[in-house]
Amino acid sequence: MSTLAIDKGAPRRKVKYGSMSRDRAWALRWSYFFLALFAIFSLVPPIYMLITSLKSSAEISAATNPWWVFHPTLSNYIELLTSNQFLTFFRNSAFVSIFVVTITMLISVPAAFALARMRFWGSATLATGVFLTYLIPDSLLFIPLFKMFAVIGDWTGIQLINRWYVLLFIYPTLTVPFCTWIMIGYFASIPKELDEAAIIDGASWFQTLTRIFIPVALPGLIAATIFAFTVSWAQFLYPLVFTTSTDQLVLPVGIITTLIKGDVFNWGQIMTGALLGAAPPLIIYAFLMDYYIAGLTAGATKG
Amino acid sequence: MAEVMLRKVVKRYDEVEAVRGIDLDIADHEFVVLVGPSGCGKSTTLRMIAGLEDITDGDIMIGGDVVNDVPPKDRDIAMVFQNYALYPHMTVAENMSFGLRLKHYPKAEIKSRVTEAARMLDITDLIDRKPKQLSGGQRQRVAMGRAIVRNPKVFLFDEPLSNLDAKLRVQMRIEIKKVHQKVRTTTVYVTHDQVEAMTLADRVVVMNKGGIEQIGTPNDLYHNPATRFVAGFIGSPAMNFLPCRLEDVGGKLNIRLTDRIAFPLPGARAARYQSVSRTDKLLLGIRPEHLAEASAHPESGVEAFDAMLDVTEPMGMETLVYFTMDGTQVCGRVNPNAGARDGAPLRLAVDLNNMHLLNEVTGVVI
Repeated sequence: MSTLAIDKGAPRRKVKYGSMSRDRAWALRWSYFFLALFAIFSLVPPIYMLITSLKSSAEISAATNPWWVFHPTLSNYIELLTSNQFLTFFRNSAFVSIFVVTITMLISVPAAFALARMRFWGSATLATGVFLTYLIPDSLLFIPLFKMFAVIGDWTGIQLINRWYVLLFIYPTLTVPFCTWIMIGYFASIPKELDEAAIIDGASWFQTLTRIFIPVALPGLIAATIFAFTVSWAQFLYPLVFTTSTDQLVLPVGIITTLIKGDVFNWGQIMTGALLGAAPPLIIYAFLMDYYIAGLTAGATKG
Repeated sequence: MAEVMLRKVVKRYDEVEAVRGIDLDIADHEFVVLVGPSGCGKSTTLRMIAGLEDITDGDIMIGGDVVNDVPPKDRDIAMVFQNYALYPHMTVAENMSFGLRLKHYPKAEIKSRVTEAARMLDITDLIDRKPKQLSGGQRQRVAMGRAIVRNPKVFLFDEPLSNLDAKLRVQMRIEIKKVHQKVRTTTVYVTHDQVEAMTLADRVVVMNKGGIEQIGTPNDLYHNPATRFVAGFIGSPAMNFLPCRLEDVGGKLNIRLTDRIAFPLPGARAARYQSVSRTDKLLLGIRPEHLAEASAHPESGVEAFDAMLDVTEPMGMETLVYFTMDGTQVCGRVNPNAGARDGAPLRLAVDLNNMHLLNEVTGVVI
């Protein structure tokens, strides 16, 4: 710091060549350019949704300037938020997401701990296997899964299809492998001596997990939670296939099936519903953003 | 408080034998240092005592009980790790009390033990801080505090000072010694630094290639090494080894170093080496401090010779001189006023009363 102060006092010389800071300044300009481009690209659809949601059906069908609201109205919002149907979708989505996140964490955190720390026969292969299951697309899985629940229904009489809670069995097939994988990486970055110290201090495996690993790996845990929540909130294919009655639908499917009547698209309400549906993940992201980024980049550098 | 005993302890990883059947008795209250180069099995031995590694064969006893299959938490030991291994989300006090809290000690008891340990280690002011707010030396104190509050039968230290800078290392070395003088807990300490071993230990265990080379007090190892490995490992700068052989000249025993240089052995040494075969390939082991500038009135057994110095290293209180004898580099320690200069000749004297004679093939000190 002291040398820096001395340099500042010395007479300035104009740097003409080979300056690191000049290269960096240009790099910065280019990154701002592309970041701005990308921001426009990803922000235009939600803005368009917002504008449309503030228009009446008449104004939308009049095909005036799509980027301007001439007669702003909140009628779409009022109609949706006072409709029992929409609130049911919202409630179903919330239940499914909260339960799925809970189930996912209860399974994947202990699983990741076991795979990362308890060296047992085949643990490395199993860890890779867990990740490979995540790579199977849901469009490939939904038919066998549907068949499976149909068979269970036939044999046991327990009817799961067309119940919102069937999704609690299905979503974890997507979330558990990925969250386990995130947590394995996170747990692996915790130094080995830490659990050895805990073991010598007299902690059991379970105490090591709950009192050392989970608090230390909290950013990773939050990242995994956000992921699980986002996946279950936005999932479309599975609820479309497994639920059909309007009182069992979750938000994304509910909006599509109830607001599109035949070939009539209720654009104002569709846009409003989509915007309202995007709000919860947005709020969660906003609050946990710092943790989320820390969680994704952890283990990249030692320290 | 307890003694630790190792009986023919073996550790095998698949094909590699990391520890080859070592026997070691550590008395109650004793401070024993395991020292050796990396990969010699010293850390593995410590981890086996801790119970962090299974033993392949043999027995480990703590306080008279065989603990081969006892889990670490029931062995009543405490361990200090090289990278401190503090729990990053807990304060200093929570770190130190974690073990006691798991064992459901009464709150008052925990508090008094933590306060006492913190006072002993001079970290009372830091008690509410998190590890990341501490310096390396402070973290190491907390790690020691965590061991002390448990009041275990045995302390295990795994290279605890290796992550600290040189100055702090010296300071913490003294700190560890003070703590041991106060709590008197049986201690096993692993290091690769022979200075640390010498300064801390009641007894030093020199390990090499999975086996024990020699066990002894620091002075014992320094003055009476049993093998070439111990002789070369203990002491800095290291002992010089010069190829030599014995010869009889006129009824007296001489040691011949080169075609030109041979010295008569002093009486006591001559008697000791009388039975050594004159044809054996031998090594003269001589510490640098026994290779000094020649004085006007040499004692008996101190023989002078001329050397052409290659390099000199002034250290202040002494000057290290390096020269070559028949292709072997030799180091001596001379008085800074002896006039040693790079590339200049100097008359040196070797103190044969403090020599060691080794068999070059077996590496055993005769």
